[in-house]
Amino acid sequence: MSAGAGGATTDTLHTHALTLEKVTCAFAAQHLPALVYTAIRDVSLGVARGEFVSVVGPTGCGKSTILNIAAGLLTPSAGKVSVFGVPLQGINRAAGYMFQTDALMPWLSSIDNVAIGLVYRGAVWNDARDRAQEWLGRVGLAGHGERYPHQLSGGMKKRVALAQMLILDPQILLMDEPFSALDIQTRQLMENELLDLWSADRKSVIFITHDLEEAISLSDRVILLSAGPEAHPIGEYPIDLARPRDVAEIRLTPNFIELHREIWAALKKEVLAGYMQSHAM
Amino acid sequence: MKRAGILRLSLYQALLLGSLFAAWYLLTENDILPPFFFGKPIVVLERVWNWFVSGKIYRHLGATLLETVCAFVSGTLVGLIIGLWLALSPLASALLDPYIKALNSMPRVILAPIFSVWFGLGMLSKVALGFTLVVFIVFFNVYQGVKEVSPVVLANARMLGANARQLLRTVYLPSATSWVFSSLHISVGMAFVGAVVGEYLGSAAGVGYLILQAEGSFDIDTVFAGIVVLTMFALLLDTLVTFAERRLLRWRPTRAESEPL
Repeated sequence: MSAGAGGATTDTLHTHALTLEKVTCAFAAQHLPALVYTAIRDVSLGVARGEFVSVVGPTGCGKSTILNIAAGLLTPSAGKVSVFGVPLQGINRAAGYMFQTDALMPWLSSIDNVAIGLVYRGAVWNDARDRAQEWLGRVGLAGHGERYPHQLSGGMKKRVALAQMLILDPQILLMDEPFSALDIQTRQLMENELLDLWSADRKSVIFITHDLEEAISLSDRVILLSAGPEAHPIGEYPIDLARPRDVAEIRLTPNFIELHREIWAALKKEVLAGYMQSHAM
Repeated sequence: MKRAGILRLSLYQALLLGSLFAAWYLLTENDILPPFFFGKPIVVLERVWNWFVSGKIYRHLGATLLETVCAFVSGTLVGLIIGLWLALSPLASALLDPYIKALNSMPRVILAPIFSVWFGLGMLSKVALGFTLVVFIVFFNVYQGVKEVSPVVLANARMLGANARQLLRTVYLPSATSWVFSSLHISVGMAFVGAVVGEYLGSAAGVGYLILQAEGSFDIDTVFAGIVVLTMFALLLDTLVTFAERRLLRWRPTRAESEPL
């Protein structure tokens, strides 16, 4: 990094767990290379250490693209990604990823699913299973270690996935609409549990969602994304609600409602734009 | 399904088999079907019974089963390895694609005479024929299985820190196994076909050899007896595969098990 970058950059290095600078990601259609779809353009965002950031936007606005770039699963066409000030190359080893759809290995029991990350990193199965058992207990599944994913309910699978990610103690959590497939009660339960686990050691979180209420009730900051293609951040809203929070109760406070009204006014425009776009094609 | 239901179903299945034999018996007894061409079920069963009581069959059955098992095991292993290799190496797969298609569409039974020349009339030529039949079935299924690994599960394993070898062991291989097992039912039958056809075309032992001998003397009853024995043991092998499948694919949902908890 050049010396001319100045104090602000040095400062960023120390406070930010993850930064994206002018990241653009374009996809070429497989059979028509001339047809290029630019999912996101010039996206810059940073997540401070210990900060819970939600990214909200209309469907198909490239939210998952941003997350995959942050995870190192996808290489951006242009722009820079740094993790704790170091440019990201390959898979982001400091990050844990919770996927929107089922990502558990169906051929492993829940306890082995939780343990496997440790095994990948060199642990012996027996030790890894001991620690996994501990984590299963922490997500409320102590007695379900021997069950296979297909024997678990949707909420239980999400708990296993959460334990699978957290057992590796990642400094950054990347979460892609992790609870969107759950019913509303299970979902609020899981959100509260996530906040509990998170508040224990305050990791940096990027939480992708299309649900504004979920975003506000969980986060320290909400970033609003424009409709795709060429999606980019169009607004940032600090959420100054007190912690610890209960996601079901906080929705009824006047502060929450005020924030919701403000962000929704901006989001609505993008949702309509996205809707028009998807129907114009 | 409930236990009583299974019992009743088995009873019906046995009744169906019994009535087929009864029809065969009646048709041939009354000369509606000439017994010379269609055999007599009583004589056929008697022949089977005598084979087992006298012990004459064991040498032949042993030969056929050994050939089948050798062809099955070698074909499955080689198919698995080639399938994994080609599915994970796009260049090799693109290069070999037309050759694999050509080899697969070739009617491989015509290789039997060549194998007899190469490997003689002993066991090896039969194993080779069964091998060529099995290897492609397993290969295509493994290839498909690896190609259809869920990209999300794969991305998850990579995020959890799996290296290439760990991905192979913990993601590609288990995912391919379920495809392999669905192919094993077909390939165990194919290994059997390879062994019997090989024997039929030239050998000194085996159930296929017995059938060939009987045919030479127009002994249709013995031909049918050979077919009955082969069918029985093909079913037995298939049951063994099902048993292994249940043990190894415990993680896969079955209809009876996937009731909500």
